[in-house]
Amino acid sequence: MKFVDEFRDPDMARRVLERIHAVVEEIPTTAQRPLQIMEVCGGHTHSIFRYGLEELLPDKIEMVHGPGCPVCVLPMGRVDDCVAIAEQPDVIFTTFGDAMRVPGSKKSLQQANSDGCDVRMVYSPMDALDIARKNPTKNVVFFGLGFETTMPSTALTLLQADREGITNFSLFCNHITIIPTIKAILDSPDMVIDGFLGPGHVSMVIGKAPYEFIASHYKRPLVIAGFEPLDILQSMLMVVEQIRDGRAQVENQYKRIVPEQGNSNALNAVGEVFELREFFEWRGLGSIDHSGVRIREKYARFDAERLFAVEPAHVADPKACQCGEVLKGVLKPWECKLFGEQCNPETPIGALMVSTEGACSAYYSYGKIDVRQAV
Amino acid sequence: MCLGIPGQIIAISDEAIQTGIVQVSGVKREANLSCVVPPDGNLQSLIGSWALVHVGFAMSIIDEEEARRTLEILAEIGELQEELDAMQHGAQG
Repeated sequence: MKFVDEFRDPDMARRVLERIHAVVEEIPTTAQRPLQIMEVCGGHTHSIFRYGLEELLPDKIEMVHGPGCPVCVLPMGRVDDCVAIAEQPDVIFTTFGDAMRVPGSKKSLQQANSDGCDVRMVYSPMDALDIARKNPTKNVVFFGLGFETTMPSTALTLLQADREGITNFSLFCNHITIIPTIKAILDSPDMVIDGFLGPGHVSMVIGKAPYEFIASHYKRPLVIAGFEPLDILQSMLMVVEQIRDGRAQVENQYKRIVPEQGNSNALNAVGEVFELREFFEWRGLGSIDHSGVRIREKYARFDAERLFAVEPAHVADPKACQCGEVLKGVLKPWECKLFGEQCNPETPIGALMVSTEGACSAYYSYGKIDVRQAV
Repeated sequence: MCLGIPGQIIAISDEAIQTGIVQVSGVKREANLSCVVPPDGNLQSLIGSWALVHVGFAMSIIDEEEARRTLEILAEIGELQEELDAMQHGAQG
């Protein structure tokens, strides 16, 4: 357990790890089949790799890296749509930096920018609105993506544009919602997940209640977890204790950030601006019912999808790319044929290699030695 | 994008649209405070507080110790500089 010494409270980490090992031994089914525990959030994936937590956990726990990295689940067709909008005359296309290098079927937004499109990285949707104020003759489009963590920020920005009567700002809405996605995972015959580490910052917005069906209907434990290594270990202990005791509950390890009820101001803004789509396409997971949101009719004048008549393009991922299997936990990142050689953080082919929260990029950055041993 | 960054609220810039200035590791930028407005609506009472800031929006009030630990972990996982650069870039752009 040499890595534990790096932790902020190594003694506590050791004690928690010992308890996890002891509790797992008390779960008889683990003799035949390891527990499959999914961390839903890409931020957790990053922490797990950075701190080598998988190495410290018992062999009888297998981590399944979930779909909670918004850039990673973005289908290629959506990047093509972004490029198509950016190529229109008088458009300034604005995006978070994370999305710049995601490959489209022809080019990424970064390449579109090199080819003469005006694509600008922004830190915040408010910066995009500011660009619209300063460039009244241009149409400024903001690429809204992310789960419930970033959804309130785009909703509030749109409401601000409405208050100011700004007419040259629009939103290309690709926000996705986590609950239907967890349900799709639980319904998938490919995957048998025994318990979940719930996302911390999505839960800060939506609260605890939306997860209750996972416990009541699917009888699986979910523990909302913080991002420090000790948070993740404590949450894991809470999950395995539930499994040992035959309980299935939604628990909150991250109480210092996540209020039970979520953030009502944020939820009100989201509800005012967005409504659920019938379905939304995810990279690797296919189409999932009610898993995305769109802009309500009332705010149609801010909707880039309507303004630029975007028909969502369906583009298959490159044949050799196995992001889908990795996203579903069927393959480990290094088992993908492209991993490392053709697909790496410098020249990513699949989205899981683009974002630092993607499982492949995290394996590549922190797991190199183990991967070489495994190959 | 998803992890956010702790910033200290050092000033209120516009009461009407609920914006303020947050500071983190010497970088200052405007942030929207709509999601952390106290129940009594008094924005001034937020000055000096720390908040978890996601893409320019304060999403949760946190204590100073939590802010310090979060900054440390962001530095350890290599996200701190990237986030600060993005904040600064956005503020200038």
